[in-house]
Amino acid sequence: MSERPMTHYVAPVGDGGPVEVDKVSLGSRRSNLWLDAWRDLRRRPLFYIALAIVAVILVASFWPSLFTSVPPNNDCMLANSNGAPEAGHPLGFTRQGCDVYSRIVWGARTSMSVGVLVVIITGAIGIPMGALAGYYGGRLDSILSRIGDVFFSVPYFLAAIVVMSVFSQYRNVVTISFAIGGFAWASLARIVRAEVLRLKGLEYVTASTALGRSKLSTLVQHVLPNSLTPVIVFLTIALGAAIVAEASLSFLGIGLGSSTMSWGNDISQAQQTIKTSPMALFWPSLALTVTVLAFIMLGELVRDALDPKARARR
Amino acid sequence: MTRYILRRLLQAIPVFLGTTFLIYFMVFAMPGDPVLAMFGDKTPNPTQLENLRAQYNLDQPFIVQYLLYLKGVFTGDLGETFSGQEVSEVLRRTFPVTLKLVLMAVVIEFLLSVVIGLVSGLREGKFVDNLNVVVALVLTSIPAFVAMFLAQYFIGIKLGWAPVTVGANATWGAMFLPALVIALTVYVTGMRLMRGSVIEARNEDYVRTAYAKGLTSRRIIPVHVARNSLIPVVTNTAASFGALIAGTTITEGIFNIPGVGNTLYQAIIRGETPTVVSFVTILTIVYVVVNILVDLLYAVLDPRIRYV
Repeated sequence: MSERPMTHYVAPVGDGGPVEVDKVSLGSRRSNLWLDAWRDLRRRPLFYIALAIVAVILVASFWPSLFTSVPPNNDCMLANSNGAPEAGHPLGFTRQGCDVYSRIVWGARTSMSVGVLVVIITGAIGIPMGALAGYYGGRLDSILSRIGDVFFSVPYFLAAIVVMSVFSQYRNVVTISFAIGGFAWASLARIVRAEVLRLKGLEYVTASTALGRSKLSTLVQHVLPNSLTPVIVFLTIALGAAIVAEASLSFLGIGLGSSTMSWGNDISQAQQTIKTSPMALFWPSLALTVTVLAFIMLGELVRDALDPKARARR
Repeated sequence: MTRYILRRLLQAIPVFLGTTFLIYFMVFAMPGDPVLAMFGDKTPNPTQLENLRAQYNLDQPFIVQYLLYLKGVFTGDLGETFSGQEVSEVLRRTFPVTLKLVLMAVVIEFLLSVVIGLVSGLREGKFVDNLNVVVALVLTSIPAFVAMFLAQYFIGIKLGWAPVTVGANATWGAMFLPALVIALTVYVTGMRLMRGSVIEARNEDYVRTAYAKGLTSRRIIPVHVARNSLIPVVTNTAASFGALIAGTTITEGIFNIPGVGNTLYQAIIRGETPTVVSFVTILTIVYVVVNILVDLLYAVLDPRIRYV
């Protein structure tokens, strides 16, 4: 069924034959928010750059040995302290005589684990809190929103400082992810709540309950999937922010233990020799910045692509 | 207006109680001996332990502990730091320094937002605009402490244009570099708001009318375009004020600025958990209070908010 059987013809003034005016071609390409966004993204070179960076980091965090033959943490020799680059060690050595390049490669896994875990925790708390508050409204909304307000009012980096100081014996990836994600969810809950509030009055939601679906099932099946757009954008950018938060906490010495390979730890240690060997400070900082840039870029490109107004302006 | 202020203040009460309770809860309801845990890897001596238990009323039920703690906050008794100084005394000394730093940062942030946003908005889609959008993306991605090190290394050490660290004598001049770096890491939000509203304003009827009646760009841009675009930037800058005060820990640590953030930084580095907790609480309270003041400022600036 590519064309409708019935079409209307009109003879334009002054021209030759009659012209179809309302022919509907059902064979033309489909269009919805995500398809349009995808078509838009595919035309943007920055999207591919961001995607490539993310891919490289993901591969490096799953299989670090693909990028470096230096095993983690056991080739450090003080004789190499702050050494210049040499064959097999393209970025030189740290103060402890460890290979800068291999530490950066192994550090990718730490950053990505924290980033992904924080995103999971943030989503697991923020989405239900926002969705339930927005969908059920009333007293539940008041209670959940007040709880959200409290978490929203504590600057999340400060909260993470307290958690990590208190749990000083348990400095690992899981603790730090909870310290960050446990306070970052409040903004997401606000976004989800607003989105659910917007959607819940729409006809297809009423139709779903009218057809006998329970309220909760309608929320999960119809409302939530349609409110995911801003959530995905938020979480992509939050992943980058979580990586920065981990590095900042490690930099303060309350992040991951010094035996864990983390860009924040490397930066923190290299800071002491900023005058004599700035490159040991520069490389992990660059890795950190490029990674965060990739995620923020990805998030913002997707947001732009999903926003028809922004698309029209370009 | 009075009703709005009252309502806003009433709304702040649960938030204030909640935030302090949350921090208090995290520290004192954790498994194990909270006082022992405060010391981390160090072994405290028994007198220290006993003093701390007495100081935090640990022999009382949890809620009583919390209420006693709140009473302390309201009566200005904020406890002591690890080295035995009055916290309120330390605050009196350090807070003005932090305020000075943040004020300078906020002013620079505002100027950057307005100027760059205006230029970029007026040249939308041109080279300058595209360059600005890319620069903004990179700047938002550079973690604050990396930006600080870059500034410290290139401007402080290589070029020698500014002192590498500030030290005890925190003058406006010495703090200009850290303030500029803070501003560079946060101006992007305001700049985007400015750029967006300039682009919008340029297509407004009143701007077209202004051109149509023969006014020159020199008059239209500052009076008709820029002035109307300023409102969101002003509110955004005000909103960033509280966040910046709460977020000076790393900046003041790296540049060794003797402010509140640096006190917290030193306490973190030395693992002095009780001091860390009391300063985080104070910074959180300041953050909450500043945000209330900013909300009230909105209401003064924009009458529409009062009637929502």
